[in-house]
Amino acid sequence: MSEMKFTKDHEWIRLDGDVATVGITDHAQTALGDVVFVELPEVGRMVAAGEACAVVESVKAASDIYAPISGKVVEVNHALSDNPGLVNASPLEEGWFFRLEPSDAAELEALMDETAYAAYLETL
Amino acid sequence: MTETLLATPLESLHRRLGARLVPFAGYAMPVQYPAGILAEHAHCRAKAALFDVSHMGQVLVEGPGAAEALERATPADLVALPPGRQRYALLTTDSGGVLDDAMIARLADDRFFLVLNAARKAVDLGRLRTLLPHAITVTPLEDRALIALQGPAAEAVLARAGAQAAVALPFLGVAETTVAGVSALVSRSGYTGEDGFEISVAAEDAIRLAEILLADADVAPAGLGARDSLRLEAGLCLYGNDIDETTSPVEAGLVWTIGKRRRLAWDFPGAERIRRELDEGPARLRVGIVPEGRQPARSGTEVVGPDGTPIGILTSGTFGPSFGGPVAMGYVATAFARDGTPVELSLRGRLVPARIHPLPFVPHRYKRSNRTG
Repeated sequence: MSEMKFTKDHEWIRLDGDVATVGITDHAQTALGDVVFVELPEVGRMVAAGEACAVVESVKAASDIYAPISGKVVEVNHALSDNPGLVNASPLEEGWFFRLEPSDAAELEALMDETAYAAYLETL
Repeated sequence: MTETLLATPLESLHRRLGARLVPFAGYAMPVQYPAGILAEHAHCRAKAALFDVSHMGQVLVEGPGAAEALERATPADLVALPPGRQRYALLTTDSGGVLDDAMIARLADDRFFLVLNAARKAVDLGRLRTLLPHAITVTPLEDRALIALQGPAAEAVLARAGAQAAVALPFLGVAETTVAGVSALVSRSGYTGEDGFEISVAAEDAIRLAEILLADADVAPAGLGARDSLRLEAGLCLYGNDIDETTSPVEAGLVWTIGKRRRLAWDFPGAERIRRELDEGPARLRVGIVPEGRQPARSGTEVVGPDGTPIGILTSGTFGPSFGGPVAMGYVATAFARDGTPVELSLRGRLVPARIHPLPFVPHRYKRSNRTG
């Protein structure tokens, strides 16, 4: 399992073999508050890095989730449909959103590592 | 860009409780505490929630003939309102829109207490000073806090706080009394659909009183987020969203706030439009709407008819935690306003089926009269 990488939009991504799992960070779920709905991309969809491809709605507001890297959606977390609160309870594990087959795994290198993300949060 | 936000007398308490403060109507207000909106909402329906609503305008209107004078600004019947009672009232514009909605309490024959929306208090004060005769004084109470205690346990909490006179109030009763030894103006009303109280106290007493109430095991703090989901489930209007200067009381389904005597005299601002809409029927009506599925539909969402033409717009929308799904309110063309009518909502480029739903979404549980007969 490779290290987790982070975007400035507070998504995380982790490459396991040929597939990368995407979710939102603890900071993001805290800022959103109680999540009540998640709209996931269709399996098979091609997404570009930075493309809005999922929606997370808290009681208060809706937010877009962006693909951290380009690739093909190969799996989505159906558990979120019945239990969107998993995003709050377990943002880095059970609350994952979707899995991508990366077009170019080298795109991961442009993202922040955990230390850089923590430093980025300090600037907000 | 930063703006200077006003602080309510309870702000330091909110910070100690870990609240997330957001700008609202010029004030730094708690949108939620660490428990979160869903838990705060559920606690209000199950036990009792404490809300700081000190941003709202508290105004005394006093003088000989104060009831008749105030009726120049509202179609509510205030002459017939007995001392010790409160009424939900609309301030109307000359063109029949809603200038504000307010709780108006009669403290004595010639003494009224108004609770106004935070974002409208300056407009309302200007309006009252223009319409009311000079013999009537209009006094904003700047140095007071307003604490709402809402939920089925609120009565027991106040009883434990020694507020016997408050506990004895009927729904929409008002009393100048004490709570936990603190002088307070208490009304049995609120904005959640639950039994509850709104407690007006001097600013310097606010934290002490809030701490005493929060020390009760049945009480948890709740923020504006839960206040919004609670009031929407209760079918209650949010000024600026569901009612404003363009919406009439008839369109908003608030004709019941217009006194019968006033509807014979037609002697209030905007009577012409209101009378016409009552005679001919309004072009649109405020309704409850339930989207199919789980996705909340927000304010501003277009409502579409069966043939794909726009028939209205949502003015409020969120996830209803007690309802167990998304709930919304909005205005639709009168032909589509009947309960159960299928409509569609334009959500992020997709059309989502929805239905007109009776209001409230969650039944009110106000205090029934203590008296019989």
